[in-house]
Amino acid sequence: MKNDYFHVARGGLNSTFQDLGRKNLYHIGLPFSGAMDKRNYLIANKLIDNNKNNPVLEFAYQGPSLKYFGKKRNIVVTGDVNFRIIKNNNSQNKGECYRTIELDEGDTIDICSTNKSVYGYFSVSGGFKLDKVWDSFSTTIRAQIGPNNGNKLIDGQDIKLNEPNQLSNKRLDFINSKIEFIRVIKGTNFDYFSEQSIKDFFSKDFEVTKFTDRMGMRLEGTKLKNIKKTNIKSEGLVKGTIQIPPDGKPIIMLSDHGTLGGYPKLGVVISADYDKLVQITPGSKIKFKEINLKDAENLYKLYNIETNNILSKIL
Amino acid sequence: MIKNIANLGDAAIYCDFGTEVNKEINSKVIKYFMTLRKKNFKGITNLSPSYNKLVITFDINETSYHNLKQEILDLDVEDKIESEFKKIRIPTCFHNDFSLDIDRLEKRLKKSKREIIDLFLKRKYFCYMTGFVAGMPFLGDTDDKIQLERLETPRVKVPRGSVGLTEQFCNIYTFESPGGWNIIGNTPITIFNTTTQKTPNLISPGDEVIFYEITKKEYLKIYEK
Repeated sequence: MKNDYFHVARGGLNSTFQDLGRKNLYHIGLPFSGAMDKRNYLIANKLIDNNKNNPVLEFAYQGPSLKYFGKKRNIVVTGDVNFRIIKNNNSQNKGECYRTIELDEGDTIDICSTNKSVYGYFSVSGGFKLDKVWDSFSTTIRAQIGPNNGNKLIDGQDIKLNEPNQLSNKRLDFINSKIEFIRVIKGTNFDYFSEQSIKDFFSKDFEVTKFTDRMGMRLEGTKLKNIKKTNIKSEGLVKGTIQIPPDGKPIIMLSDHGTLGGYPKLGVVISADYDKLVQITPGSKIKFKEINLKDAENLYKLYNIETNNILSKIL
Repeated sequence: MIKNIANLGDAAIYCDFGTEVNKEINSKVIKYFMTLRKKNFKGITNLSPSYNKLVITFDINETSYHNLKQEILDLDVEDKIESEFKKIRIPTCFHNDFSLDIDRLEKRLKKSKREIIDLFLKRKYFCYMTGFVAGMPFLGDTDDKIQLERLETPRVKVPRGSVGLTEQFCNIYTFESPGGWNIIGNTPITIFNTTTQKTPNLISPGDEVIFYEITKKEYLKIYEK
């Protein structure tokens, strides 16, 4: 029997399959990867009745345009995304995020762009037909690991689909909120920086530059002055680590980050703020706020409860 | 054996084994790494050993910094490392198309390109760790006459295969990636094999590595294979 499938008319800028990430490979240099905005990833699966480990298609800025071939099935888009459905008879509907949409044979979903955010998610009923690679469906382009031969979606390829779940009609009232401050725990090289620079870091604006991707976010702003040593011996990094190279411009490690690094660590973004951090677009300004470990742990618990509450509203 | 344990953010532990880099400290790190892999404590999601540090990430839903810290302090570390070490030869081309930072190296080290290459090729290198990008080996120690700091602003793209120098170390960029090492040459061989999960790394911690010089013609011949 022939699988239902999508034909990729346009791959988009950086469309990759992602799940919750890949564990236990930092020591050979493979990062977690996984969906950047975990909350929107989870909602995308829940709305479509897929389990939470099901891979979804993540896109950045401009998404893919996909023509559908197969029996009637539900799809969902999450995030803050402009998209349209072009029906087989050429009529067009503006797409609405956070609700199931029925696709018929010959329909096209054209994901035009994210709106004041970076990442959006596309899930299909039954899920994409993919094989796990090294125990995960996440794609790490830089190491060419993951489904689709470790690549992003390419114009002209096809994507196979599993058998769909039953058609359903679900929606969620959800608005992605913006964050005022990115909260940070002191890093292991906090004392490498001058008092003034620490003050600047926690009071001035920093601009997200266009050199920002799934690996890292490069910032511009007041130069942060290192008073001790601008290089350390390379050592383990984690998601959210803020490294300061000798030029004094912060780089925040994101999901596809290099696993080792030799620039001093000023701080680490707390887990509760990560989903919102990654959605901040180049050109935007961000502010940082210092917080202690205990508060960060509590904030993460709250963030998790909030996510579960959102998910439980979807029946 | 661990000098200090701290939190790195809210979902990772930072174990500090000291500031020097040598085989003795590095092997302590590796022993902790191997013991923890075997113990498989609840919630640990990654172990990242380096020259003299071990960073451990965990799932905050399953454990916490304070729990894991106690488990690590109570750890009975195994003394034996069961592993076989390899000797690996790496063909390297130093053509100007590949030695991207040779001007900087010549200027700052006050040496000619030939002198720098000869000093680089003279040594056998020990692999301390792998990572940053998949399979990238961190090798040492280079001759102290060719030691230089990282670039002030890291490159957005370092070509795949690039061989770089920083301080007493050298490395190989297994994939195109951002990076701040001083690039001296390039190897055409595959260091990280994506088709096998069991042994994707050509070079592993503890292995010995020797670089040898090839011409651009030889480079292209190996590369095309």
